[in-house]
Amino acid sequence: MLGSVFEPNMNTNREGRTRKRERSEARFELRFSLTQGTFTVAPDLDLTARAVALFGPSGSGKTSILEAIAGLRTPQRGRIALGGRALFDAASHTNVHVRDRHIGYVPQDLLLFPHMDVKSNITYAQPRRSTVDMDGLAHLLGVDALMDRKVAGLSGGERQRVALARALHSGPDALLLDEPLAAVDLARRRKILDALIAIRDDLHVPLVYVTHSPEEARAVADYAVVLDDGKVTAAGKPGEVLP
Amino acid sequence: MATEISSIALFTTAAALAATVVMLPPGIALAWVLARQQFRGKAVVETVASLPLVMPPVATGLLLLWLLGRRGPIGRLLEPLGIEVVFTPAAVVVAMAIMGLPLLVRTARAGFEQVTRRYEQMAETLGAKPWRVFTTVTLPLARRNILAGALLGFTRALGEFGATIVVAGSIPGRTRTLAVGIYTYTETGQDARAAALLVISVALAFGAVLVANRLAHVD
Repeated sequence: MLGSVFEPNMNTNREGRTRKRERSEARFELRFSLTQGTFTVAPDLDLTARAVALFGPSGSGKTSILEAIAGLRTPQRGRIALGGRALFDAASHTNVHVRDRHIGYVPQDLLLFPHMDVKSNITYAQPRRSTVDMDGLAHLLGVDALMDRKVAGLSGGERQRVALARALHSGPDALLLDEPLAAVDLARRRKILDALIAIRDDLHVPLVYVTHSPEEARAVADYAVVLDDGKVTAAGKPGEVLP
Repeated sequence: MATEISSIALFTTAAALAATVVMLPPGIALAWVLARQQFRGKAVVETVASLPLVMPPVATGLLLLWLLGRRGPIGRLLEPLGIEVVFTPAAVVVAMAIMGLPLLVRTARAGFEQVTRRYEQMAETLGAKPWRVFTTVTLPLARRNILAGALLGFTRALGEFGATIVVAGSIPGRTRTLAVGIYTYTETGQDARAAALLVISVALAFGAVLVANRLAHVD
């Protein structure tokens, strides 16, 4: 169902699965303080996971954390590192530029380039790794038939999948997703969720997934962070910390 | 008479097109800087960029005459290179470009201000360097305003009179444009010629407005 290109990989033995799991895992160091106006978000996290869910009500600071990881907002203090690579470190005056962070970001409003067709959107980033298999990626996300379409004519689910393909095309070190199912109708949600799990397990791209749905968080994440008013109120296994 | 009239019309159109081409790079750059950058003296730059719009065109022409004349600060630099601008077709293009520039800058600036910064940020997360962000995202998203501004600048150039007559004069077959021609012919009682140029002016303006309106409705 997820695209036959990945089928052979899925029938691995137990050892293979463990190895794969390790390949997908990444260490996230998110210890920083970011103040915008009167609102401060200050996570204090050092965790290793394949997919982290940031869970909490609107205005709890989930998107701010994503934007700090992507480099679109600069914290006042602290450190952000992915897999040991410092992206921001106030102490050593490190602040890697957005374009050099190698992090895919899919914001809630997607921001597909409206003046380009689907193919130009998806291939906007130059692939960093020669291993990025464009056809496999397009097939996995079911966007191969959309390539010549205009962005304006796409449905919510199609737009979401195009945005995912665009963010993955460069072969990023991690993928940040802001409420990826919010604008997708119920019938299509399963398809996107399956695609996200395939991204995590078969493309080995660690995910940070913002949601206010505990079901989605449980389906995708192996680590959950509960936020309220900019602070982490719980963190751990999704089954234990989510409502 | 017909060849004289048609050569004036052709020269004016060609000069206005050249002026548009000349004003586009600095106009787009200036519009972007004013839309996106904060710096000391921005208000001064903004004002200077709008001056040709509010100053008497004849005064702008006089200023250009002084700048580009043989003893002027720019003319002096050009003279050793064998370049003379004043009272040549080049002076017509310069006068047109200066007079059209503020319209281009204002319209293009509004276009850049409308481009959501987040599209540019998205391009950056995809690894694009500043020039690529500008040429593939900012510029295309502001293209409609830039086109409209270029067209406004072009129509302004077509009708330019005050600055042109001071810095380029009304030399038949060399610097005489539609507007300057209408004035010269009327002054010297050549009403038929003036009327012919008038008809052409109306037709050109009509065509330009028609194209502008179409541009405004085409994606």
